[in-house]
Amino acid sequence: MLSDLINLDTLIARAHERAELPPPTLAFNHLDVLWLQVTGTLCNLACLHCFISCGPKNDSHPFMTLDQVEAALTEAGQMGVKEVYFTGGEPFMHPEIRAMIERTLEVAPLSILTNGILIDDETAAWLGQTFAKSRYNLDLRVSLDGTTAEENDAIRGRKTFEQIVGAIVRLWEHGVNPVVTVTTCHTELSDPAGRNRFIDLLKSRGITQPRLKFLSPFKIGREERRDEGYKNYERLVEGDLLEGEEDDLQCSSCRMVTAKGVFPCPILIEVEEARMGDSLKDAAVPIKLDHPACYTCHVEGVTCRT
Amino acid sequence: MSNLICVFGGIYNNHQSLRALLAEGDALGVGAFYCLGDVGGFGPSPDRVFPMLRSRDDVFVMQGNYDHSIGNRLEDCACGYVDPRDNHFAQISYDYTLARTHDDNKDWLRALPTEYRHVWAGQRVLMAHGSPRKTNEFMWESACPDGFLEYILNEADADLLFVTHTGIPWIRELPSGRRVVNVGVIGRPPNDGTTLVDYVLVDTDTAAVTPRRLSYDHLALAQEMRDEALPEEFVETILTGYWTTCLEILPAKERARGTY
Repeated sequence: MLSDLINLDTLIARAHERAELPPPTLAFNHLDVLWLQVTGTLCNLACLHCFISCGPKNDSHPFMTLDQVEAALTEAGQMGVKEVYFTGGEPFMHPEIRAMIERTLEVAPLSILTNGILIDDETAAWLGQTFAKSRYNLDLRVSLDGTTAEENDAIRGRKTFEQIVGAIVRLWEHGVNPVVTVTTCHTELSDPAGRNRFIDLLKSRGITQPRLKFLSPFKIGREERRDEGYKNYERLVEGDLLEGEEDDLQCSSCRMVTAKGVFPCPILIEVEEARMGDSLKDAAVPIKLDHPACYTCHVEGVTCRT
Repeated sequence: MSNLICVFGGIYNNHQSLRALLAEGDALGVGAFYCLGDVGGFGPSPDRVFPMLRSRDDVFVMQGNYDHSIGNRLEDCACGYVDPRDNHFAQISYDYTLARTHDDNKDWLRALPTEYRHVWAGQRVLMAHGSPRKTNEFMWESACPDGFLEYILNEADADLLFVTHTGIPWIRELPSGRRVVNVGVIGRPPNDGTTLVDYVLVDTDTAAVTPRRLSYDHLALAQEMRDEALPEEFVETILTGYWTTCLEILPAKERARGTY
């Protein structure tokens, strides 16, 4: 991890000097990953760590229409996209989510990031059938932020733990093995002992092939108010990127489409200046890594991909 | 020269399957053997495969990520794993292989080419390890849509692409008529509950590709692995045909075929 190579003392000491330097420019390699903000910023939960402040009342990015999803898929397919991700908000709030899933799986593999709350038995069965018959892979990524109700519900809201675990079990029972995604607000959760707690939890619920992904929190959106925002030294300037790092940064090979246009990555959709235009082809251009959140991707090696 | 070519990958120190492959190829009248890389890892006694690879002038070996790492004496295999458990087991076999590969063989690995190109039956043929654009890119069947493969072939100026690296074979004919072939590996079975391993034969007159399954003395290999005190998890894969490690890189569809 790059965090091992970064000298924080130097960054802090040079913060004022670095503030005058331009940010790195990152070339766009290819559209490997298309992100679709299918339900915008509307969510049935209001998790304390959400980096885009999603919730029941935040409609700053509205639902995408099926036509908008179709248009993005068509353009991405022509560009040779490798995989597609649905996120939000909560994707399963969308009344046309099943049509969107079926259409996407004709073009590319699909991962859906969900909190699981709306995945009832009928929905899990439909997803299981869709997974089994689809030519391309279908992954469900279900967010869970603790191995106990106390731990998880402190972040994701009251009484969500059992609902989320219930959805994970229903998906498993219908043949879909979800990736349980943990945001490491409780930093010890990503330690080996923390991982084992999740594995033990999932096995105790009958899931014999537990799949896990751990993500670092971004200090923006609601998370900025929960914990603390970025410090003045936490930004990137020209020369900071290490050799070969350009290709590892997800924004060199992904773009995010919302109802309001194209953005460089899933993190920055609430940053108005980050909007890149209306079409994916317009957005296939270099970007400036000038947001403090870019620092997290650099230091932690974060990728939102599964 | 024979018009029959054998293309395979991922030996993973499995000298038993390599010996069986060369014998089967010789019996079939194969004119040349192309190995798409990853000579080491997983199996026992790394130096046992090199005489077979280096003594024959009809065997052509390409450098995979493992070979690059061993050849350059790097700290890990750069296989592209992201899960701690996967990396734990990968490091055991990497440290084992690095310590037991003779310097002369390491230097040989370091000097290997990273791709082969031919024109067979009018088709531009490219052999790569992971993908043409990245040595350790995984090309899984369920994770590679047609449009992406067309893009990869366009960028690589190829009509017929052979890769390995994932360990699970597949063949796709694209809407354009071009093809992508993941030849699988001969080092361990493809998570399908058999003890067989995979390679392909190519007829250079027609560019027809035929997938083949190979049996070999897997019981002897398992015993050697135990004698070398390699993890029992690796031995189990050889004996059962199901992967016990490297699981988190598998797409859900490929993983659903296995036990773990």
